[in-house]
Amino acid sequence: MLQAWVIFLASVGYLGILFAIAFWGDKRADAGRSVINSPYIYALSLAVYCTSWTFYGSVGRAATSGLDFLPIYLGPTLVFVLWPFIMERIVRISAENRITSIADFIASRYGKSLYLGGIVTIIVMFGILPYIALQLKAVSTSFTVLIQYPAIAVPEMPGEVPLFRDTAFFVALIMALFAILFGTRHIDASEHHEGMVLAIAFESVVKLAAFLAVGFYVTYYVYDGFGDLFAQAREVPEIARLTRQFSAGGYAQWSTLMILSMAAIICLPRQFQVGVVENVNPDHVRKAAWLFPAYLILINIFVLPIALGGLLDFQDREVDADLFVLTIPMAHKNQALALFAYIGGLSAATGMLIVATIALATMICNDMVMPVLLRLRWFQERFTGDLTRLLLFVRRSSILFMLLLAYTYMRLVGESYALVSIGLVSFAAAAQFAPALLGGILWRRGNRAGAFTGLGLGTAMWVYTLVLPSFSRSGWLPIDFVDHGPFGIELLKPYALFGLTGIDHVSHSVFWSLLVNIGGYVWVSLLTRPGHLEHLQSTEFVDRLRSPDASPATTWRGTATVGELRVVLQRFLGEERATPALAQFAGRHGLTLAPTMAAPPALVTFVERQLAGVIGAASAQTIMATVTKGEVVRTEDLMRILDETSQVIEYSHELEEKSKALEETTAELRAANLRLQELDRMKDNFISTVGHEFRTPLTSIRAAGEILSDNPDLPQVERNRFYAVVVAETRRLTRLIDQLLDLSKMEAGSIEWNMDSVDMKDVIVNAVDAASPLAQAQGVSLTIGRMPPSLPPVQADPDRLIQVLVNLISNAVKFCDPAEGQVQVSAAVDVGFVTVSVIDNGPGVPPGERERIFERFQQGTGDGLTNKPKGTGLGLAICKEIITRFGGKIWVEPRLGRGSVFRFTLPV
Amino acid sequence: MPARERDPEDPRRARTASLSLALFLFAAILLFPPLLKLFEGGDTLFGLPTLYLFLFAVWIVVVAAVYLIAEHVAGPRRGPN
Repeated sequence: MLQAWVIFLASVGYLGILFAIAFWGDKRADAGRSVINSPYIYALSLAVYCTSWTFYGSVGRAATSGLDFLPIYLGPTLVFVLWPFIMERIVRISAENRITSIADFIASRYGKSLYLGGIVTIIVMFGILPYIALQLKAVSTSFTVLIQYPAIAVPEMPGEVPLFRDTAFFVALIMALFAILFGTRHIDASEHHEGMVLAIAFESVVKLAAFLAVGFYVTYYVYDGFGDLFAQAREVPEIARLTRQFSAGGYAQWSTLMILSMAAIICLPRQFQVGVVENVNPDHVRKAAWLFPAYLILINIFVLPIALGGLLDFQDREVDADLFVLTIPMAHKNQALALFAYIGGLSAATGMLIVATIALATMICNDMVMPVLLRLRWFQERFTGDLTRLLLFVRRSSILFMLLLAYTYMRLVGESYALVSIGLVSFAAAAQFAPALLGGILWRRGNRAGAFTGLGLGTAMWVYTLVLPSFSRSGWLPIDFVDHGPFGIELLKPYALFGLTGIDHVSHSVFWSLLVNIGGYVWVSLLTRPGHLEHLQSTEFVDRLRSPDASPATTWRGTATVGELRVVLQRFLGEERATPALAQFAGRHGLTLAPTMAAPPALVTFVERQLAGVIGAASAQTIMATVTKGEVVRTEDLMRILDETSQVIEYSHELEEKSKALEETTAELRAANLRLQELDRMKDNFISTVGHEFRTPLTSIRAAGEILSDNPDLPQVERNRFYAVVVAETRRLTRLIDQLLDLSKMEAGSIEWNMDSVDMKDVIVNAVDAASPLAQAQGVSLTIGRMPPSLPPVQADPDRLIQVLVNLISNAVKFCDPAEGQVQVSAAVDVGFVTVSVIDNGPGVPPGERERIFERFQQGTGDGLTNKPKGTGLGLAICKEIITRFGGKIWVEPRLGRGSVFRFTLPV
Repeated sequence: MPARERDPEDPRRARTASLSLALFLFAAILLFPPLLKLFEGGDTLFGLPTLYLFLFAVWIVVVAAVYLIAEHVAGPRRGPN
């Protein structure tokens, strides 16, 4: 059954089905009934990740080193665990900005940089080309192995098969046709290639089904289930070894593979194409986050069983483990299954070929060819009309060119690598994009200079530690380069840079390249300031998702008319797309667009976005700059201006606050100054008063003394009278000085207070007792008036309190009329305090003096000026000081009729 | 910077984000080398090598957890489309 023509027909038939499916998908899309608007189709299309490298290569790797094929699939699972942070973000940003490829994404993020896009494209070309070649090689090899049925022979080297007998050549041509037909249908590369995606999803189903079929066959037909297979494997020591350890390459290799695959699932151009550019609805990411890893689990379950089965089957034969999937059914004469396995391998290879070439062609066209062409003068002069045909031509020829280049590469050097190592070299190249890509969506500070440095250093390191040595080993460079380093410098040996040994070559390369990549990116980003456009784009990419409804940040300042913009749009989108696009814009904004009208900024932005979808953000930006003859007005700039204004406002506000504070301080100072002046005046007064107070008794004493000394013959009675004056005045002087000292001590706080819980009743009784001799001497009646039966205790120094009361009573006594004087002391309880009153029927205190008499040396003037002062003028001041000290208040109020009431309160 | 607007689905998103991050750390610890070393050797469970069983079991559990987070915590989101 397995003649060459059967296999050939089956292949062609399968590819025919692919064309039919893609055609149907596109027709449905044109009719507006999209088939790919489903998370399941999306997840299946992501499975383009599983190429022939998975289909054939995983088994080969498992057969040589055990379970360490798994990290390649565990890594993507981990990345999809973080879908809300990474995948969903990238998808949303890209939809917003009409991103057409990973090169466009990175260029756009870092200020729409033409050069960055170009560099990424070049890295992709060199990194992915061998990988594409690898797929062709797999197709070629599987075909040549299958046609030798029933013999199982080591395949011929691809380079030895004549061109027109080589299936890979035809497959390359057919795939080019497919990619051209279904991958360049639209001029707008950010639009979805629905037919292509549907075909890819179909291919994913086919390869999974084929692989599972072979897996079931090996496990349950050839062997008796997992248990039997593993048990038999344990019998053979070299095979048992494969299930014992997790990685033949140790920790480093396992970790490297995990990290590489984590980067690859986003950064490989074909993954970016199906996962981001072709995404129809960002919400599909959510479902794909578990659907896609589930697919990976299914396609990996039988890898180890098939590998073990193959090793057991072919123990004594030389069979390439990379082809076990095909050769085991062949060995068991199951022709149908062998053919199915071959078709599965074909589907895995073609899926990758289609998506990778479309992604690459878009990048080559938008990020390499067009930016150069658009800058050439002769091009600008010759191509003034519609550019859509040129664009499509560039893309279509890029597809053909890449596939033929890959085929040539495969014929020339295909045999020098094992399947797995080529895949890893590509992965390591793609991983170089990871820092710029992830930094681009997560870190605002990351800038163009940093991205340039990181990408440049990382790629250079990748070339030096992985690509050049492989050239050496293929014999294109002297092998001394690997063995002894360039120019014999051992420290620079590409497989043991700076003496780093003990890990495999890929881990070694990934370590160094990512080290310089991340280091360069972060370091330079921190050291340099981004340009305006970069700043703006970083805000777009990093912060935008936090406020998804905000309007786009770019606006243009320039002098383009609607007519000029229409011409640009027509040149790049074609007449039949430009007109409806403009009409749609006009409809949405309720505008009528006359050709001579100056274009509103929103229209300029709209046109730029449309162009970006066709030729990439960087070129679109360049074209818009020439058309509008202006430059971008960055919202950022506006914001900065606003920022400055608000800073000024803030500043002036602060000033106002400060001047207000100053005014307040000035007012306080002025008040303090007044107070000080007052105090100064009082001090002067005080001194003159004190002087005066001292002088009065001193004058009396001196006069008495002079009289006594001048008149020695004065009668004894007279003498005694003068002696009495001297004694009395001296006493008065002493009392004055005592009180003065007392007061100043109190004010300085140097007096000792014996605070105690005091019963007010005792104080009153004691004070009245102490003062009654004086009252009797004056003939004044002193009584204790109304008092509640019990008074609550107050906190005070009892002696001082008695002093206050005695002072008040003696004052009252002094000012009373001797004959009919009446002084009464009473007490009352109020809420929270006790009030004590000393009531007299003396002359009273005039209203103007009621405050003043509590100040020092302010005596009650009594009835007239001639009245001799009756006290020192310090008593009430002392009373006030004491009562205030105890937390109370003292004041005087007139009594009904005649006299006054001195009251003080103390808190309970 | 554009004004930040309140997303009505904020709490759900925050919960999704923190759970996803936690799951990532958990899975990363289980799937990176030092721990895997424990399951090396010739032991078998149900006739399967322990390492093979462990890796696939962890893998399945992680994907199931992503399923729970994506379908039951995050839920469908109103996208711009």
